[in-house]
This record gives sequence, C-alpha cells and structure tokens, in this order.
Amino acid sequence: MANEGRRIVIPSQVIGETPAMKAGRGTFVENGKIYAERLGIVSIQGNFIHVIPLKGRYDPVVGDFVIGVVEEASTSNWMVDINAPYPALLHVNEVPWEIDFADTEKYLNTGDAILAKVLSVDESKKLQITLNDRNLFKIKGGHIIEVESSVVPRIIGKKGSMIELIKKYTRCRIFVGQNGRIWIDGDAEGIEKVLQAINKIENEAITFGLTDRIEELLKKDAKDVR
Amino acid sequence: MKSDIKLINSEGKRLDGRGPEDLRKIKIESGVLHRADGSCYLEWGGNKVLVAVYGPREAVPRHCQNPLRAIVQARYNMAAFSVEDRKRPGPDRRSVEISKVISEALERVILTEQFPRATVDVNIEVLDAEAGTRCAGLTAAGVALVDAGIPMRDIPVACAAGKINGQVVLDLGKEEDNLGEADLPVAISPRTGEVLLLQMDGHLTAEEFNKAFDLAVKGCHIVSDLQKTAIMHKYQSVVAAEVQE
Repeated sequence: MANEGRRIVIPSQVIGETPAMKAGRGTFVENGKIYAERLGIVSIQGNFIHVIPLKGRYDPVVGDFVIGVVEEASTSNWMVDINAPYPALLHVNEVPWEIDFADTEKYLNTGDAILAKVLSVDESKKLQITLNDRNLFKIKGGHIIEVESSVVPRIIGKKGSMIELIKKYTRCRIFVGQNGRIWIDGDAEGIEKVLQAINKIENEAITFGLTDRIEELLKKDAKDVR
Repeated sequence: MKSDIKLINSEGKRLDGRGPEDLRKIKIESGVLHRADGSCYLEWGGNKVLVAVYGPREAVPRHCQNPLRAIVQARYNMAAFSVEDRKRPGPDRRSVEISKVISEALERVILTEQFPRATVDVNIEVLDAEAGTRCAGLTAAGVALVDAGIPMRDIPVACAAGKINGQVVLDLGKEEDNLGEADLPVAISPRTGEVLLLQMDGHLTAEEFNKAFDLAVKGCHIVSDLQKTAIMHKYQSVVAAEVQE
C-alpha cells in the first residue's frame, strides 16, 4: 500500500516493542512497549523506530543553518529569535566585524534578519549562534516566509533536488533555514512562483512523487529556463 | 432540593431523551486557528469551546520559570455571552480554580522535562455553556496540544457523572446539574487509567461515588476515541487523497 511507509501516529499510540525494536526520537518506552510521544510519521531505520514530527516548534541542533531576527541589542551581544522555544544569544566575538564596546546597534539592530549557524545548545537549552562561518551574513532585501519546520526536508528535497528545481525555474536566490524560515530574493514574478511552489509542498508534504508535480507546476508558465 | 421536578421519567428517560448512561452529542475539530500553534473546536451538547495552544516558548516573567521543566499555564475563560444572564467578563473565583486544576491535569501528561524554562500556554474559551464546561475544555485542550505537536505521554480526556433523582447517570445536562444531587467531573489518562482531575459537587454515598466514578471513566474512554478519530481525520485526509491518485 502507498501509505505503508507514511503511517501517521498520535501520542500514546503503540508503535513497537522494546526487545525487538529500539526506541528512537519522538518515542518513549513504558513496560516494554514503545509509544509515540507526538503527532508524526513513523520512520524505521534499521533497529530504531522514530516518530518524525508533523507539527511543532523547531528543535535547534548544533550546526543547523537558521534564519534569525534580532530582538534586542545589548552592549556585548544580541538576542535573536530563531523560531525555537528560546531566544538565541549572538556574542560580539561571533560576528565577522570588529565592534567597539556598546556599538552593537550600528551593526545589527532590532528587526534585522541574519543567516546564522547554531553554535551550541546546552542541557538547560541555552542557545548560542554564530555568524563566523562561510556564507553567513546579514540579510538585506528579499522576503522571509515561515513554514512548519517539519516540512523543511521536503522543500530541500533529496540532496537538494527540490530546491535546485525551484531555483532553476524561478531565477530567485533562495535560502531555507532549518528553523522553517525561508529567505527569497529575486524579481516579483519569481518570488510569486516560489511562494506558489512552497505552498504546494507544504500542503502535500506527506505525499509521494512531489518533486515531479512541483516541476509540472513550475514548467507550466516558465518562459526562460536557465 | 425540590423533589417534585422529574429529571427522569417513568420510562427511565432523561429530560433530553437520553438514557442514564448516554453521552450528549460531541463534535470535535482540530486545527481551526491559523495563528495559534495548535487549536481545537469542540461542541459537547450545548457547550461550545474553543482552545488555542501556544508554545513551548520562554516563560515570562523570569521568576515563574522552572529551570528543570516547562510550566503549563491554562487559562479557562467564559465569554460574557456564554450564559443566560450576561457573565461579568474577566477572571473570577470559579474560573481561576478551573484554570488551576486544568493546568495541573495537563502538566501530568505533557513531557515537560524536554523544555526547561519554557511555558506551554493553553487558552480555553467557553463560547456557550450548558454544564460540564471544564470537561469539555480539558478534552478540547488535549486535542489542541496534539495539534500543536507537543510531546505527551497521553491525550487527556474528561467526562462527568452525577446523581439525579436518586439515580447515578452519565454526563449531566444543564437542568440536571442545577437541580440534581451531585456532579462528579473526572479526567483520566486513557492509556494508563491514571486520574488527572477529580472534583465533586454535592453529596454521594461511598457506593454511589464508586458507581459514578466507574461510569465517568467509561464515558472518558468513549470521548477519548472521538478525540483520536478527530485528530486522525484531520491528518489522514492528505494520505487518503494520495491513495486515490
């Protein structure tokens, strides 16, 4: 059956037993049984059984590329909203500019968007992000849209196939943050097309053969393919 | 208590035609609000309840944070137009109490240790009231939490039992609540049978209490199935469309 691999589960649903299977992400064990702890899709990898969430807040992982919005500038750091349960700290040492004491607002101020990388997550979930890496920058111009962080892998596609496809047909610069924020820059027509495609991906995220259908959608009114 | 009002007729039928162990009609719909992280609209007889869930997000003010786990802040509120005479808006003694007991019930099922320092906000708005709003609110909150993708041990569910005209019955209606002898709202975790909330208004003998409690738990399991169907219905539809293609 087509939906065999995409079984939807809800919390408290039994999805396996412990000696035979190992409990992975999004599951918990009680009395030898593995239960789903959140709404999601069952994914079995080897011996492990995971529940991939369908909805919910972005759970930051070290090394993720995210799009953040500056909430507050202090004398030696910024607080940045990265769509996680907690605001992330960006220290002046973690930006590529030389900043004099209390001069933080000149470089990044409330409302500015940045493309950053998650530097650390400690056990009390204190987050730190950095701008010191390749391809990280302050975002100027373009659009930022938000999607459910669980559909990010679908928008990127297998080895970036989906996102390459969209870029090819729309001539836009697109960056997809792991936290569900997407930055799009290009002409108005292109942006409109990207939004259409992403909307379709979001609505049909748990179906198969999505890449082909998106290509069809984009091809329909594509005049100049790069 | 007036004894001349017949809440149960000679055929054993109640005022609205239900038998002693029948529930009112329940309709559950999840994911109705777009701005909230999770939401649920529930109709239970004449009750209409809308629940919105936000979070987990950082708890403010700082002093109310728990460094080891998330806190759950439920807010039960009755709309001014939810009852026959206009209800004075704003929190009163009753709604503060219900908010507290619901928060504590939800805290037991949410995996709060995954989100230190955070809060999960649950807004329960009663749009139309007809007895049993705390049960309706808690049941709807359970569905809204699942819709918000919050990790949980179980989906909480609530149902009430009570005593009218000397007989123990399930799920009291408005007249039965006002004129009956006792009301017993119960919330459970249906997977384990743990009790999350138990309150009683009125008097019951030990024997009647046990009977009413068992009846309420039975009602909870029926409502629990409705909750699960409602959630599955919302998310299964996409998969179903896929199979047809």
